[in-house]
Amino acid sequence: MLRWTRFNIISVTLGFAFLYLPIVLLVIFSFNESKLVTVWGGFSTKWYVSLLSNQGLLDAAWVTIRVGLLSATAATILGTMAALTLVRYTRFRGRMLFSGMIYAPLVMPDVITGLSLLLLFVAIGFDRGFWTITLAHTTLTMCFVAVVVQSRLLSFDQSIEEAAQDLGAPPVRTFFEITLPIIAPAVLSGWILAFTLSLDDLVIASFTSGPGATTLPMRIYSQVRLGVTPEINAVCTILIAIVTVGVICASVVTKRREIQRQRDERAAAAGA
Amino acid sequence: MGKLTSGLYNRLVIAIPYTWLLLFFLAPFFIVFRISLSTTAIAMPPYEPVFSLADGWAGLWSKIGELSFDNYSYLTEDSLYFNAYVSSVVIAGISTFLTLLIAYPIAYGMAQAPRTIRPTLVMLVILPFWTSFLIRVYSWIAILKPEGLFNQLLLSLHIIDSPLIILNTNTAVYIGIVYSYLPFMVLPLYSALEKMDGTLIEAAQDLGCTPIKAFWRVTFPLSIPGVVAGCMLVFIPAVGEFVIPDLLGGSQTLMIGKTLWNEFNANRDWPVSSAVATILLMILVIPIVFFQNAQAKAEERGK
Repeated sequence: MLRWTRFNIISVTLGFAFLYLPIVLLVIFSFNESKLVTVWGGFSTKWYVSLLSNQGLLDAAWVTIRVGLLSATAATILGTMAALTLVRYTRFRGRMLFSGMIYAPLVMPDVITGLSLLLLFVAIGFDRGFWTITLAHTTLTMCFVAVVVQSRLLSFDQSIEEAAQDLGAPPVRTFFEITLPIIAPAVLSGWILAFTLSLDDLVIASFTSGPGATTLPMRIYSQVRLGVTPEINAVCTILIAIVTVGVICASVVTKRREIQRQRDERAAAAGA
Repeated sequence: MGKLTSGLYNRLVIAIPYTWLLLFFLAPFFIVFRISLSTTAIAMPPYEPVFSLADGWAGLWSKIGELSFDNYSYLTEDSLYFNAYVSSVVIAGISTFLTLLIAYPIAYGMAQAPRTIRPTLVMLVILPFWTSFLIRVYSWIAILKPEGLFNQLLLSLHIIDSPLIILNTNTAVYIGIVYSYLPFMVLPLYSALEKMDGTLIEAAQDLGCTPIKAFWRVTFPLSIPGVVAGCMLVFIPAVGEFVIPDLLGGSQTLMIGKTLWNEFNANRDWPVSSAVATILLMILVIPIVFFQNAQAKAEERGK
């Protein structure tokens, strides 16, 4: 009965059209000669050229990239630990609270997370700026990493680790030589997810930033409020291109690893 | 020796993320609550009292005495806040329902697609989620505004004579929320539907069910964990949504996320915005607890 019927094909196609229409239009209009965002005035790359002289936007982009790299890396380390805790240690005091704290940030409205972190930084007298945004993004995104890595750990044969430990490998070495290589694809996609979430965030960054640290979404947001310019479309297109290339690279790497792994397994099976 | 290091290792693996979340996720909520009991002050930080270790115990006690629930009674006095809470919940509820209606056929179609293309379809659902949320909301402005592409299309097809006013209305907010949160609904639905055993429907049909009846009596009940997860993933963040109502909504669109933002940024009233956040948090804790229970149950069933 499971069939790829015409109804199914149409609903999937329409759904994807809805998801991609705004993105495609945005990319098209970033190459628009006309300043009006809805009238096509011919092909032009002038908005990309004028971007290069927009120092404010470039500075913001640089801040965003640095925050993203740092927070995604920290979030990946913390999130992987959190995933190990969720999967491996099913019994310890406060486990309920721990899993609650992993899942709650995934659904918590940004305004609450942002406001609460800001009030924390003020209460402990931490000067707001680059580092507070990085800390805030690390906290938010580590939960996403934890969920991604957790799903990979669940389908992981723990006996391999036990074998390594029986053969005398200390836990840290077991982790780096056995566990990490196996869960690497999930760790990598967790990192990418954390990085893009950090690039994306407006509300939390606005609450936790201080003078001198403006991120790209904050900049875009303030310009959008003043009026739509094709320059914004150009920035957005560049961001979309970066993310798309990143995602494609990641999926190619994962696919290759998967094929390699299957080949190894087959070879091992043939050898045995 | 091995035991010792492994005990230490285990403890560190648990303690590091745990401490981090306690410090940067849970503790901030207590601070929000505590500041919601303060009064506004023209100072930095802009609230009173400010606790300090230098005061000693006596000073601390007298300052605790200064805390009050005035901000909460202020919230009940001004109908603006009550209306904002109610309309946020209503807008989020309607959008969640619309998202479910649109996402279900997509997820259903994906689950029935040939096995080989399913991972690609899942990837295609996730991909827009990886391009900026702000950008995607922003591009709807160009589509929905009176001289925008949607109206140009309808006008050129002679379906309408004068442009529809969609931007800056609640309709635009619904479109924005449905659009932005669609992947959050599609993915849990897809994973619930994908696991389903097709022979169950065959059995139902062999026993005389029409396809529609089979859907309502077999498929839909089996997908309920996905429906619950999807609805929570859309509803909870949508209640506190700020960007979508701000960019697409109009002056009559009242949502609590926007009210909180204004209270904080425009009025600089930190105690009142903390009180707004505390109440919002309390409204959201109920669905979050519900969500966690549903997830725990689904996990049980999975095992």
